[in-house]
Amino acid sequence: MSERLETDVAIVGAGVVGCAIARELCRFDLRVTLLEAGPDVGAGTSKANTALLHTGFDAKPGTLEARLVARGYELLSEYAPRVGIPVERTGALLVAWTEEQAAEFPAILEAARANGCIDLRTVAAEELYQREPHLGPGAQGAIEVPGEGLVCPFTTPLAYATEAVLSGCDLRRSTPVESVARLEDGGFRLTLPGGELTAGRLVNAAGLHSDELDRMLGHDGFTVTPRRGELIVFDKLARPLVRHIVLAVPTKITKGVLIAPTVFGNVMLGPTAEDVERKDDTGSTRAGLDYLMSEGGRIMPELLEHEVTAVYAGLRAATEHADYQVSVHAPEGYACVGGIRSTGLSASMAIAEHVREQLGEAGLRLEPKAGQPPELRMPNIGEAGLRAHQRDDLIERDAEYGRIVCFCERATSGEIRDALASDVPAVDLDGLRRRTRAHMGRCQGFFCGAELAARLDAREAS
Amino acid sequence: MTVVVLGGGPAGLAAALELRRLATRGVVVVERESDPGGIPRHAQHQGFGIRDLHRPFSGPAYARRYAQLASEAGAEIRTGTMVTGWSPGGPLELTGPGGRETIDPDAVILTTGCRERPRSARLVPGSRPEGVMTTGTLQQLVYLKGRPVGERALIVGAEHVSFSALVTLGHAGAKAVGMTTELRAHQTLALFRAGAALRWRTPLWTSTVVSAIHGRPRVEEVELTDLETGTTRAVECDTVVFTADWIPDHELAVMGGLDMDPATRGPAVDTALRTSRESAFAAGNLLQGAEPADVAALSGRHAAATAAEYLRGSAWPEQRVPIECEAPLQWISPNVVSSRASAPPRGCFALRSNEFASGPRIEVAQDGRTLWDGRIRRLLPRRSARLPAGWAAKVEPAGGPVRVRLVHHG
Repeated sequence: MSERLETDVAIVGAGVVGCAIARELCRFDLRVTLLEAGPDVGAGTSKANTALLHTGFDAKPGTLEARLVARGYELLSEYAPRVGIPVERTGALLVAWTEEQAAEFPAILEAARANGCIDLRTVAAEELYQREPHLGPGAQGAIEVPGEGLVCPFTTPLAYATEAVLSGCDLRRSTPVESVARLEDGGFRLTLPGGELTAGRLVNAAGLHSDELDRMLGHDGFTVTPRRGELIVFDKLARPLVRHIVLAVPTKITKGVLIAPTVFGNVMLGPTAEDVERKDDTGSTRAGLDYLMSEGGRIMPELLEHEVTAVYAGLRAATEHADYQVSVHAPEGYACVGGIRSTGLSASMAIAEHVREQLGEAGLRLEPKAGQPPELRMPNIGEAGLRAHQRDDLIERDAEYGRIVCFCERATSGEIRDALASDVPAVDLDGLRRRTRAHMGRCQGFFCGAELAARLDAREAS
Repeated sequence: MTVVVLGGGPAGLAAALELRRLATRGVVVVERESDPGGIPRHAQHQGFGIRDLHRPFSGPAYARRYAQLASEAGAEIRTGTMVTGWSPGGPLELTGPGGRETIDPDAVILTTGCRERPRSARLVPGSRPEGVMTTGTLQQLVYLKGRPVGERALIVGAEHVSFSALVTLGHAGAKAVGMTTELRAHQTLALFRAGAALRWRTPLWTSTVVSAIHGRPRVEEVELTDLETGTTRAVECDTVVFTADWIPDHELAVMGGLDMDPATRGPAVDTALRTSRESAFAAGNLLQGAEPADVAALSGRHAAATAAEYLRGSAWPEQRVPIECEAPLQWISPNVVSSRASAPPRGCFALRSNEFASGPRIEVAQDGRTLWDGRIRRLLPRRSARLPAGWAAKVEPAGGPVRVRLVHHG
């Protein structure tokens, strides 16, 4: 079969950035198509990161990244609680373990001021240990960054995608772009499995593959070198050990290994930073895990007494450039949004706003859509808010919200059913996990794995 | 009077049955699964029930039998209900399809069991493909959901449960390409091993660990490392079953503020299976991972007897002396002697070692004073040895910790 589709704007890549752009553009009277090669939105780099809501205090002043992280922080801080994206404002402590590291503090504070972060302050060792009593010995002091926080890396792209879909976005998952050609009288033709899509404008939000798509269009601005970050997630029973995000003093090469709570009530240790060749090399390594455990043992020895719940690795879309690679080629109507590294989650809404403005300046007609924007309320999967099983009103209305299926994470039968039938439904176990937390806990499926597999099968059959 | 039993596996159901037999009123078993019975529900081999019910059952039949006995005896079994809150000193918060409720019982018996450590907790690196599971998931897929598993499976572990996984794979039509253990020998009954070798022709690779898992989206290959030579090799398979390496499912115990034993990772209990929290008892495989189901059931029965005594007015002991093991001994259970010492379940302590030993000499001492010194039959990693318990009466309640050590490998 050969399907012929038409759209005003085609966005390639439904990671957190592509989804944010789709949501932003769907607020206007435009036909928007969001294409994702993988089985789900937010299932690549967007799902495997440190999930911090950055203020941008440590960005390089004057860069686009610095500006967009600061603006994105503002936008997401307002949006997240409104639509039910879990957020926790824990604050961060950037700890110096040597005198050399402590000597970096003035420069860090200076850069933060240049980035508009004026509420940072230094904390002496004594106060530091009062506030983080389980830190290992030898800390010299810290910089407190009160605004830093945690944000759910799963719900964020899902919320954007859901809002976009409710506003009329044509979301196509498992739809890789096989080739793209520029049309003579403007616009683009994208070859998809089983069809073609003609688009007036093209947005490249293909993350790790953004350089490849960029080259297909004859540009040669950057090359993505995947930088792998391995992370270890510790058991929820370790959560009382950590109150803030515990950051390291960055070096030229890396921001270092951090320890942070997660919005799901776990403790995270990581990431490593290692350039790899393959864009699908998301495997963990013995060396990486050993390194993280030794760092964890140094920063917070008691953490290692707890069980490990999960190990994962994500690939940052690093390039040879120090800044985001965002450019709009006005005459052809092409926006490239590449090189979005670990700060992409925090900056996502600002990146989308920036791209929309740039496309508008380049001639895209932006008429606000008539009528009210969709009311969006994502199911809460964070520990800070009430979960379904904690809500008498929900259980009274529907007993399935009282039937806990995943014991470790307390995901209920009702939530699992909803996730399989939502506007952007889960299509696999990983999708179910990111929507409900089912199967992401300490038993990793010992108790609920078979039940979830059966429910996914039943969905496929129906 | 209300006694709430937390967990409806063999230990919990046996406890409920015994409580009713001792005429305790208001016995409620809270079970989070939709059916009672615990792990035997999905362990479809024979050999359950020998020590407690004195006749052999298959796992599912054993689970059904216990649920029936407990119900008939008048215990209320509430399935699909989970304890979602229990603070130190606070009541139990239950959540189920009928809503949320709070109860403050006169006594609690924790029998929440144990689980196998999954691949992530064992820090096995590599990709995260489908087809990696524990025996628990494998057996539920095959026996409870009738779903296919892969075609070629590697079994990690060589304990009883590993052989149970082997049988399950056979029932599912999958070939077990091998079993690995990091130890120098398997740790099950020689009979099981010989039978498995004959029936399934599965090689056993000793002193071997899984050092990486590869494949996408499903497992394609596993890297094995020989611990003696350091050499690695690849084994093709589409399924990896991580068996054993049990850890008590102790979340509730920690939530409730119970003192935990660092060696077993279960709540610290005295010989009467009293925890550090008055009116809270613990039994079964929550105390240590893991004993066979019938041993867990006997432990539940023991806790029920002492709980019934407590409800009749027996005082809660004030002094608790911990029992500590010296390496290579790993743990002992029960692991506390209280000022009101009584015999432990089955009349003896369970002792675990990290090393093999035949006819080893064991010494039990407190503050330099020997309480017991003698030989036991043997020590086998991952299996419990029985240590006589008569010395518990000689423990000085106000003294230092009791130390158990291996004096001589025999």
